[in-house]
Amino acid sequence: MSAGVPALRLEDITCRFAARDGGGAYTAVANTSLTIAAGEFVSVVGPTGCGKSTLLNVAAGLLAPSQGSVSVFGQPLIAADGVNRRAGYMFQADALMPWRTGIDNVVAGLEFRGVPRAEALAQGEAWLRRVGLAGFGDRYPHQMSGGMRKRLALAQTLILSPDILLMDEPFSALDVQTRQLMENELLALWAEDRKSVLFITHDLEEAIALSDRVVVLSAGPATRPIGDFKVDLPRPRDVSEIRMTPGFLALHREIWAAMKEEVLKAYAAQKAA
Amino acid sequence: MRLRTLQILVVCLVVAFWYVMTAPGLIPPFYFDKANRAAFFFGEPQKVFWVIVEWFATGEIFGHLGVTLLETALGFLIGSVFGLAIGLWLALSPTASAVMDPYIKGFNSMPRVVLAPIFAVWFGLGIWSKVALGVTLVFFVVFFNVYQGVREVSPNLIANARMLGASRRQLLRSIYLPSAMSWVFASLHNAVGLAFVGAVVGEYLGSSRGVGYLILQAEGTFDINTVFAGILVLTAFALALDAAVGSVERRLMTWQPRASETEKV
Repeated sequence: MSAGVPALRLEDITCRFAARDGGGAYTAVANTSLTIAAGEFVSVVGPTGCGKSTLLNVAAGLLAPSQGSVSVFGQPLIAADGVNRRAGYMFQADALMPWRTGIDNVVAGLEFRGVPRAEALAQGEAWLRRVGLAGFGDRYPHQMSGGMRKRLALAQTLILSPDILLMDEPFSALDVQTRQLMENELLALWAEDRKSVLFITHDLEEAIALSDRVVVLSAGPATRPIGDFKVDLPRPRDVSEIRMTPGFLALHREIWAAMKEEVLKAYAAQKAA
Repeated sequence: MRLRTLQILVVCLVVAFWYVMTAPGLIPPFYFDKANRAAFFFGEPQKVFWVIVEWFATGEIFGHLGVTLLETALGFLIGSVFGLAIGLWLALSPTASAVMDPYIKGFNSMPRVVLAPIFAVWFGLGIWSKVALGVTLVFFVVFFNVYQGVREVSPNLIANARMLGASRRQLLRSIYLPSAMSWVFASLHNAVGLAFVGAVVGEYLGSSRGVGYLILQAEGTFDINTVFAGILVLTAFALALDAAVGSVERRLMTWQPRASETEKV
């Protein structure tokens, strides 16, 4: 897997934000390096408010880091020149266009790229079927459940066939059952053509169940990776079953030991604030 | 249906009260010293009614109404288009917005009806001075709503569209405009009313046609019944215009959840 150019390489990234009240700058992420090989599924876990999303926005080219560099398949990514064209981004919050029907949301990316309408619709219908939303194309997002909206967002992102998939706690708003269904669907879709995935979550179990590698971040401010764990559980996986296996539990114990202190630190910091 | 009955009952009661209080000699005068004084100041509902009937029967009203409605429509359209365009521009260009901010605030807090005499001088006594007044009134309502609407587009939505490959132009078309439209429609109800105000106030100040002109003429001869008839006709058409805006809104905003609609899963 490590052979060839990495799909995504973050080198020595530091993100500082100017404080609103004119006080000292807030350092969200400090000196973070992260490499994702082509076809690799990497999860980043860390306590809440530790700058995980900041890191993802840097990888997407939506945010320019204060320091450090990003390269995508060997090419440098400069945020000022535009977003990461080879990446698809699934947001934590709803990012569907409420004024577009399901199908029109799915084909939005194709439309932006100038794909003829008929061809876009054909692809869109195919994707709706793949995510289990066949026949729901004419519904507006507000007429769908949370799980359906997530699947729609997944189709909207995957229809462009991005080489890199950036996911920011995409399933955190779902109930446990829907969430496990979605995780399995994601794994099935991923297994078809093995994109590189950078998956952000605060849920360690989700991270282990899905990934090839789990990176643990320290509590903020000045977040940096403090652990990098290889997940060598067999694939294909069923996320609800794999949670019971001894291998999973051993990994969970090991990673949690590294994470626990940071989670407590983050909690204490939040309580003090 | 029960509600409708009650609503009609309210109108009947108001008209009945109006009639009883103003009909000369029906009840002894308790405030004015003469029996027909109340009718002089407040008009009489049945006479108002007949004035309206006569207007429509002879067709006299149509020319005036047409002028007033034309002024309203033009003021509304031009003001809305300007408000939309400049609202989008300022919302998307922070520098321009920062530069223009004090002037926009100034113009908005100015009682813009005072511009009417100037417009009469600039544009003459025809319809354009009334349209200009309507435009200044409508513009700010639409402008502020568009400005607000564009400013409040969810950053997530913009980031998502950018990741999907939208250019700046496509962002404007697919994200900013539709998102601003819901705010614009909320303001259009107000804007229609204001365009009407612009037209009628303009006509009061100097005109040779229009419902405002009719009212002004009647006032000159203390013909209170005609004044009330003019007011009623204007109100009816303002309501009709508002309903028209509402129906366009319902057609274009089908994507918006209605309060009563349950989420279909």
